[in-house]
Amino acid sequence: MADLTTEFLGIKSPNPFWLASAPPTDKEYNVRRAFEAGWGGVVWKTLGEEGPPVVNVNGPRYGAIFGADRRLLGLNNIELITDRPLEVNLEEITRVKKDYPDHAIIVSLMVPCEEQAWKDILPRVEATGADGIELNFGCPHGMAERGMGSAVGQVPEYIQMVTEWCKKYYSKPVIVKLTPNISDIRQPARAAKKGGADAVSLINTINSIISVDLDVMAPNPTIGDKGTHGGYCGPAVKPIALNMVAEIARDPETHGLPISAIGGITTWRDAAEFISLGAGNVQVCTAAMTYGFKVVEEMISGLSQWMDEKGHASIADFMGQAVPNVTDWQYLNLNYVAKAVINQDDCIKCGRCFAACEDTSHQAIAMSEDRVFTVKNDECVACNLCVNVCPVENCITLEQVAPGQLDERTGELVSEDYANWTTHPNNPSATAAE
Amino acid sequence: MASSHQASGIQAGRLTRQKIADNFGDLHPAYDAHEAAVAADRCYFCYDAPCMTACPTSIDIPQFIREIQTGNPEAAARSILKQNILGGMCARVCPTETLCEEVCVREAAEGKPVEIGRLQRYATDVMMAKESHPFSRGESTGKRIAVVGAGPAGLAAAHRLALLGHEVVIHEKKGKSGGLNEFGIAAYKSPNDFAAREVNWLLQIGGISVVYGEGLGGGLTLEALTAEFDAVFLSIGLAGVNALRAPGENKDGTRDAVEFIAELRQADDLSKLAVGRNVVVIGGGMTAVDAAVQSKLLGAENVTIAYRRGQESMGASRFEQDLATSKGVKLMFNVMPVAVHGDGAASEIELEYTTVEEGKVSGTGEKFRLAAEQVFKAIGQTLEGQPEGLVLEGRKIKVDDAGRTSVKGVWAGGDCASGGEDLTVTAVAEGRDGAIDIHSSLMG
Repeated sequence: MADLTTEFLGIKSPNPFWLASAPPTDKEYNVRRAFEAGWGGVVWKTLGEEGPPVVNVNGPRYGAIFGADRRLLGLNNIELITDRPLEVNLEEITRVKKDYPDHAIIVSLMVPCEEQAWKDILPRVEATGADGIELNFGCPHGMAERGMGSAVGQVPEYIQMVTEWCKKYYSKPVIVKLTPNISDIRQPARAAKKGGADAVSLINTINSIISVDLDVMAPNPTIGDKGTHGGYCGPAVKPIALNMVAEIARDPETHGLPISAIGGITTWRDAAEFISLGAGNVQVCTAAMTYGFKVVEEMISGLSQWMDEKGHASIADFMGQAVPNVTDWQYLNLNYVAKAVINQDDCIKCGRCFAACEDTSHQAIAMSEDRVFTVKNDECVACNLCVNVCPVENCITLEQVAPGQLDERTGELVSEDYANWTTHPNNPSATAAE
Repeated sequence: MASSHQASGIQAGRLTRQKIADNFGDLHPAYDAHEAAVAADRCYFCYDAPCMTACPTSIDIPQFIREIQTGNPEAAARSILKQNILGGMCARVCPTETLCEEVCVREAAEGKPVEIGRLQRYATDVMMAKESHPFSRGESTGKRIAVVGAGPAGLAAAHRLALLGHEVVIHEKKGKSGGLNEFGIAAYKSPNDFAAREVNWLLQIGGISVVYGEGLGGGLTLEALTAEFDAVFLSIGLAGVNALRAPGENKDGTRDAVEFIAELRQADDLSKLAVGRNVVVIGGGMTAVDAAVQSKLLGAENVTIAYRRGQESMGASRFEQDLATSKGVKLMFNVMPVAVHGDGAASEIELEYTTVEEGKVSGTGEKFRLAAEQVFKAIGQTLEGQPEGLVLEGRKIKVDDAGRTSVKGVWAGGDCASGGEDLTVTAVAEGRDGAIDIHSSLMG
C-alpha cells in the first residue's frame, strides 16, 4: 500500500490533499469537518489586518459554466478575504491546530504593502501554532483595487520585498501564492525565491467574466443591474495551472523551489499530474465546493491505487518525473512521424472525425457511402484532432511510422535521426547540425 | 351488477374510471426542461447524420437537438416543423425504434440511442403551448387546390400549399379532421385530444377551408374537382378492411380492429366502452398491438394476439411487441384463424398452427381453441372508394416520385398511394412533396 504521507517544507500531513484558502476553510467548523473527512491540511482563508473586517456583497458571489448534465466546469467568485474579525480567526486556528497536530494548517495573509502591517500581524499568527503562512498575492478582484492581492503579485519587486519582511518577522515556512494574471509566471516565482520564500503555490484564480446575463445585460454574477470581473477556477483552469507549475519547475532559477499546486484539481489523476510536474502537494477548492468534503476519499483511494500499480512507494518517488520531458517547441523531434489509425471495430460511424478533418484540417479522412471512415496516409499530418473529437475513447489512435518506413505524405523514408527546428534548413537562424 | 375483470361476455366498466384513466395516460411522459437538456447533451452532432437520413421527412435532427441543448426549444420546433408540420404527432407515434433511433450511433455504441422522439416532442410542445403559428403564408397565387381527405398526408399537403400562397379546400368524409391520428392510433400515444389540437394549430396558417361530410363517391367526383380546381391532391387513406375468410367471422363480437380503435378514440367515457373478458386479435401490425393493448387497458382479462407468421415477420416493431407483453398481452406466432365458434355470438376462436416455407403460410393440421367473446380483425386495410380512371399499382393508387397519379392534375399521397411505408411520418412527407410538386407545376 502506497504511503501518502507528505512532508512539505517539513510540514507533515497524512496525504498531499490540502484545502486551498477559500470559503471551505473560513471557519473552525468547516476545517474540523474537513479534517474528519480526510483532508491532509488546510490553508486557512485569508486574514486581513486588525480592524473592521472587509465586507462582502449581499447578492450572488459565484457564477459558473457547465458541461453536459450541468456538470460544473468552471466557477468564478467575487468574494473577498475573510469578513470575520482577526481575533476570532486566530483563536479558532489555535484551537484547531491544538486538536489536529498531525494535520497541516497554513494561514493565508493579505495586509497592506507596508512593513509595519506585516510586523504587526506575523507574531500573532506565529502564536497560533499554525505550521506556516501563505501570502495571498493573487486575488484579482476587490482587494487588488486596494493595492493588495494581485496588485502585489503582478510586481515582482513587491513580492520580493514583502517576502523578505515575512521571513524577518516570522520563523516558520513562508509560501508565496502566485497570480496567473501575468504574462510570465517565472518572474514572480523568481522574485519570491529571491525574497527567501520557502515555496510558491499556484495558481490563484484567473481574472474573468464568467458569462453575461442577456436579460439584464450585465456580467454574472449580477448584483442588481451590475456585475464585475471575478476569479475563475475549477476544472477548466487546470491546463493553465499545469503549464505554470511546469514553467517554474523547469526554470533553472527556480528549479527545486517547492511548489504547492492549485488549479482545478478534481480527481486523483489531476493531483498525480501536478505532482509529476514538480508539485510537492496539491490544494483543492472548487471540487470540494462542488461535491463536498467527501470528494477527498476518491482522491486518496485513486492516487493510492495508481501508485501501487506503478510501484511508487511514496509521493517523492514520482514527484517531478515529468519535468525533464517538458521542453520548448524548437527542441521537438521533427523526424518523429505518426499517422492516425481508426479502429473499425470500435467506430460508431458518427463522422465527427471526417467533419473535423475535412472542414478544418487536412482532408485526410475518407468517407465511404456506407459510412466507413479511413485515414488517407498521404494527407495525414498526425494533428490528433480526429482523436480529440472522436466520442469513443481509443477508437482513433496515432501510431508512429517507424524509422526506415515510408511516410506516404512526403514520399520519403522516415529518418531515424533526431532533428529539430534549431537545425532545420527553413529556419533562418538555424545553426548547422553537428 | 358491478362488472369486473372476470365478468363474462363483452362488458363496460371492467375497471374503475380512475384506473382506466391511469391506464390511458401518456405512454412517453413529456420531458421537463432539464431532462431535455440532459437527453440533448447525448447527441454527437454526427456528420451527415444517419438519423436524418432515416427520417422520412428528413428532419435535421442534429440541428434541432443542438437548438434544444442551447436553450432554444422554439427554434428547434421550427427546424422540425418546416420539414414535418405534424412533427408533434410524429414525435408521439413514429416507430422511432425502427427509424431515427434505430440508426443513432449511440444505439451502435451503447444500445441506448438519443431519445430523438421525446426530444422532438419537447420542442414541439413548447412551441404549441404558445399557441402561435411559426409560419406565415406567401403572397397569394390565385390558385385553388382541392385536397381529398384530412389525414396526415392531406393536412401536410394543405399546409404546404397554403404556405406557398395557394387557396386550399379540404374535403373530409368524416365529421372531424386528423385521419388516423384522430381515429386510428392508440389513445395513450395521443392523450388530451392532441390530434385535434394539432389540426387547429396547423390551420392557423390560413388559406385552408375544410368541408366535412364530403368524400369521393359521396357527392364528390374527381371530374368535378379537376374541373373546379387547379389541382387535386388525393389522400383518402385505406378505407376498406381485409376479411378473415374464416367461417363465423360475422358472429357478434367479431369486428374490425380499426373500428374498435376509432370508437375508443372518440369515446367520451372509456369506462362505458365495452370489452370482452377474453379477447383475441388477429394480425401482426401496429393496429393489432393498439387494439390488443387497449383491450387490456380497458380491463379484458385475457388478450391474445394471434399472428400467422413468425415473430421476425411481425409488422409491429419490437418495441411495440414488448409494450404489448408488458401490459399482459400474450403474443402467439405461427397460428392462423380457422373458424369463430359460438351460439350466435362468438365464444371461441379456433386456430391452426402454421409453417412458413418460402414465404408461403400453410396450416400444419394441428388445431386448438381459445375462449374469445371478442375477436378483432387487424389483418390490413385496403384501398376503397378510389375514383375510376386512376391506374393502380398493386392495391394502391400508382404515383411517381413526385406524387403524380396517372391523371393529369391529380396527385396522391399517404396510405392510399403506392410507395413508402404506411406511417404517419411517411404520409406527411408525401403530402409535403406532392404539394411542392403541385406548386412547381402550377407556377411553372
